[in-house]
Amino acid sequence: MRMLGRTAQNLFWLSRYVERAENMARLLEVGYRMSLTSRREGGASEHLMSMMQAAEVDEEFNKKHKTADVDTVAHFMMFDPDNASSVYSCLMAARTNARSVRTAITTDMWESLNGAWLEFSQIKPRDVRGAKLLGLLQWVKQLSHQFRGALLGTILRDDGFAFSQAGNFVERADNTARILDMKYYVLLPRAKMIGGDLDIQQWTLILRAASAHRSYRHVYHDRYKAHNIADFLILRPEMPRSLIFCARAIELTLDSLSELYGKRQDCHEAASQMRAMVEGTTMETIFAHGLHEFLTEFIARNNRVTECLSESYNFY
Amino acid sequence: MGDTTPFDEMHNADGSVREPYRALAQWLDEQPDKALTLMQSDAEAIFRKLGITFAVYGSDEGTEKVIPFDVIPRIIAAQEWRRLSKGIEQRVKALNAFLYDIYHRQEILKAGRIPEKLILQNSAFCPEMMGLEPAKGVYAHIIGVDIVRVGPDEYYVLEDNLRTPSGVSYMLEDREAMMQLAPDLFQRCKVAPVENYPENLRRTLDSVAPAGAGSSPNIAVLTPGIYNSAYFEHSFLADQMGAQLCEGPDLFVDGGKVYMRTTTGPERVDVIYRRIDDDYLDPLTFRPDSMLGVPGLFDAYRAGNVTLVNAPGTGIADDKAVYTYVPEIIEFYLGEKALLNNVPTYNCTDSDKRAWVFDNIQDLVVKEVHGSGGYGMLIGPTSSKAQREEFKKKIEARPDNYIVQPTLALSTCPTFVNAGIAPRHVDLRPYVLIGDEVRITPGGLTRVALKKGSLVVNSSQGGGTKDTWVLED
Repeated sequence: MRMLGRTAQNLFWLSRYVERAENMARLLEVGYRMSLTSRREGGASEHLMSMMQAAEVDEEFNKKHKTADVDTVAHFMMFDPDNASSVYSCLMAARTNARSVRTAITTDMWESLNGAWLEFSQIKPRDVRGAKLLGLLQWVKQLSHQFRGALLGTILRDDGFAFSQAGNFVERADNTARILDMKYYVLLPRAKMIGGDLDIQQWTLILRAASAHRSYRHVYHDRYKAHNIADFLILRPEMPRSLIFCARAIELTLDSLSELYGKRQDCHEAASQMRAMVEGTTMETIFAHGLHEFLTEFIARNNRVTECLSESYNFY
Repeated sequence: MGDTTPFDEMHNADGSVREPYRALAQWLDEQPDKALTLMQSDAEAIFRKLGITFAVYGSDEGTEKVIPFDVIPRIIAAQEWRRLSKGIEQRVKALNAFLYDIYHRQEILKAGRIPEKLILQNSAFCPEMMGLEPAKGVYAHIIGVDIVRVGPDEYYVLEDNLRTPSGVSYMLEDREAMMQLAPDLFQRCKVAPVENYPENLRRTLDSVAPAGAGSSPNIAVLTPGIYNSAYFEHSFLADQMGAQLCEGPDLFVDGGKVYMRTTTGPERVDVIYRRIDDDYLDPLTFRPDSMLGVPGLFDAYRAGNVTLVNAPGTGIADDKAVYTYVPEIIEFYLGEKALLNNVPTYNCTDSDKRAWVFDNIQDLVVKEVHGSGGYGMLIGPTSSKAQREEFKKKIEARPDNYIVQPTLALSTCPTFVNAGIAPRHVDLRPYVLIGDEVRITPGGLTRVALKKGSLVVNSSQGGGTKDTWVLED
């Protein structure tokens, strides 16, 4: 018996939402740290706003709030149901998708997610401030790791696995591209090659948001440099959150579907084009054509993969 | 009935332990302090983690509750069960024969054994089913019979539940939990297994597939979706049977055949175990505003291209007004006397009868004819004066909408509550499968009213469940 189109859709979004919850926690952590270290008047609020721009939730925030102070932003990013990307909303959506496909996911996956949701529901938003916030953000990341572990350890390597992997990497690619785009101007090549304090602070932000501030050193054995940071997050195949890593993973995953179903479709073409964008190019070429333009196109192609995938496999 | 102490499943009137409960009583004696408290909280954690929850209608959206599980099992002796299951089998056979007759020649009406009006003008009667030939002649494939016990040898059937009876997943998970919590107890008692229910359900569904379906028919469980209070059960059963769990929009009808939308295109469906009500099945035949059903489904069913389980229109056989006639029905079709008792049931349409009901309402149970889940019900002995007055007004306004029964002294079973182990009232819902043969799972779901003295066992109103053991010889 073939999988229902709706089941495939639920599996895809289930993984997307868990990945998004993790990314939101990362972004909030960065925004929070930056706001703490900002010495300029209004600097804290600016950092928080640009973090929310990257998450594409700034418009919703401005509708509800006048000022972006740490507590308000933290609450908005963690607990606000009006924010469709808040950790609360992501976990809720992930669990709703999981409930819809209880028969297509393993007990371990369900228990991991359901357990996380139950724990999260016990948290009183009021109590989450300062050091507690960082602890909670760590917990959100861990729950995502735990879910992924349950998935990788127990799920059958069939079409269901492929749809959930596709969701995972499409979301991650989107997130990394957005983080880069948010601060693309601090990554542009400049006459002065050594960054000032402010630049270094911004670069740290970018790397941290991708959990890449430590692994950067392992790859480059060098201090932070704009060129390397862009290279790391776009073109480095060993970096699991880089655009090329995600694009390759998406293409491989979709290829496994075409093999299983014996048919190539539009989504395969879309994935292959997206991968070609980041394959065999250099940062110099990308800078020459414009980093922002490059990222915009990448995000659009990534969206196109989701669209084609939905059509090819009867999501509805 | 009245003030006498109800029959206790575990203890004789003199306090001695009844035979089937000997091993349990000894086991309970051996448990150290707090052991049951620990078991109880372990059980709660097991159920919540598995997501065995139900939604309570009317409470906040997304509120999910775990049905309280009581750690002390309810035990039925082998010979007690043999008698019970014989009575159940007789009943479900007669009811299916009745349904066949009602939707064909209506002999029982012609013979004047049941008033015509009661059937033909009943909202549960489904004229669209007239003349239709269901596979193997079976209408109700899955039945959950609600039974109460009032004495060592005295059982009453409260309701037959021929539409879409729920709760079977609790029967299965209760057993699973009990085995995790008290494995040693299973070593001391020979308990008949319930675990093959999903397998038997699958066999039953396979056996009623349309002729052209082949040896391994495609089975779909049709659910209203994740917000339905029994969604957990729908997904659980689909999973256990290896069937596809579908919502209305996952299915469509083309050329009189039913298909599901899969990742590689349409795939034929042969049998639908539907967990949505008749009215919502097909907006083209029944309620046009239904978003849950599948347009054209009924025509595909009529054409014999898909089997619906249970068939539409089975509600006419478990209607509370028709219930009174079940002993008659058994005699008419099987030529046998009913083995299980019916609760004496009165209607209030006659004004003399009504006056008697009003005089005695504090001793009676009043039920709405189409009510379920313990809603729309008055239990005289535990009701307040205001509630009784309210029901009198309701009956006065629509006498045909209510039936009246004496209050039965439901048996009690020792139950672990805050105060320790105390007797609480229980009922029993055995599950019956009817296809190529009749399969009755030994035991069923025992529901327990956790409030002291309460007779309402419904989970929506503070009821819990117990694992139910049928002992083997």
